[in-house]
Amino acid sequence: MNVNPIIEWVGVLLILGGSLMSLISAFGLLRLPDVYTRSHAATKSSTLAVLLSLLGAFLYFWAHEGYISVRLILGIVFVFLTAPVAGHLITRAAYRSGVELSESSDDDELEDVLFPEGRNKGS
Amino acid sequence: MAFQILLNFFIAFIWMFLSTNFASSNFVVGFILGMIMIYIMRNFFTSRLYISRFWAVIKLVVLFMKELILANFQVFMVIIKPKLDMNPAFFAMQTELEQDWEITLLSSLITLTPGTIVVHLSDDSKTLYIHAIDIDDVDSAVDSIKNSFEKAILEVSRS
Repeated sequence: MNVNPIIEWVGVLLILGGSLMSLISAFGLLRLPDVYTRSHAATKSSTLAVLLSLLGAFLYFWAHEGYISVRLILGIVFVFLTAPVAGHLITRAAYRSGVELSESSDDDELEDVLFPEGRNKGS
Repeated sequence: MAFQILLNFFIAFIWMFLSTNFASSNFVVGFILGMIMIYIMRNFFTSRLYISRFWAVIKLVVLFMKELILANFQVFMVIIKPKLDMNPAFFAMQTELEQDWEITLLSSLITLTPGTIVVHLSDDSKTLYIHAIDIDDVDSAVDSIKNSFEKAILEVSRS
């Protein structure tokens, strides 16, 4: 009987960690300079935040109610399948429509491939 | 590989019919016996054993979880630092992967891990263009992706 409270506390800690992650991801959205770096914060940190929160909820319901929620597991799987694709598409659309990089950026090997005649001369 | 899994299920069903016990535990026993039989007969299959491929998939998942946590830690460090002094950059990476699902899997894994996002795939599907949030050395970044993810995916897909 002593196992259930431990699992509940693990779930609680996971949810706390997930909410901290999403807070830091929101800070990242505010602080980072351009679209590309912001999408890093948006895709990665918030994916892990959702993962931790759903896993924590799953563990809590399992230990407290004895209820195994398959939908939470499916939710984790679907977030993992879709989040990187969404991040990729948003970044790609931003690049193709010519959004500028921040000034601190280094080199840009992609520019010669997509915009051979210079960035703002097309369209 | 699908053929071997089907064969293993078939052996498990045969085992259930032979022992006229249709409980699921008996199915598991038959499945394990079938695994042993397929392992003994491994020289007769043209492709490699599905068990080793399954093991490679598990190793890939574990590697991915580890890299995901490391990646988030790295992005935190960049965000929390009082002064934003990162160098974002776009770099190109040649890939050896050929099939579409392998490239999709590789770019999803790259997008979810250490400070990198795939932005563009060249038209001949040979080069991935990746945006990195904080990069010191392009070659070492390419090497680390190649040695971890690409190797693990090749391990899964080689016949």
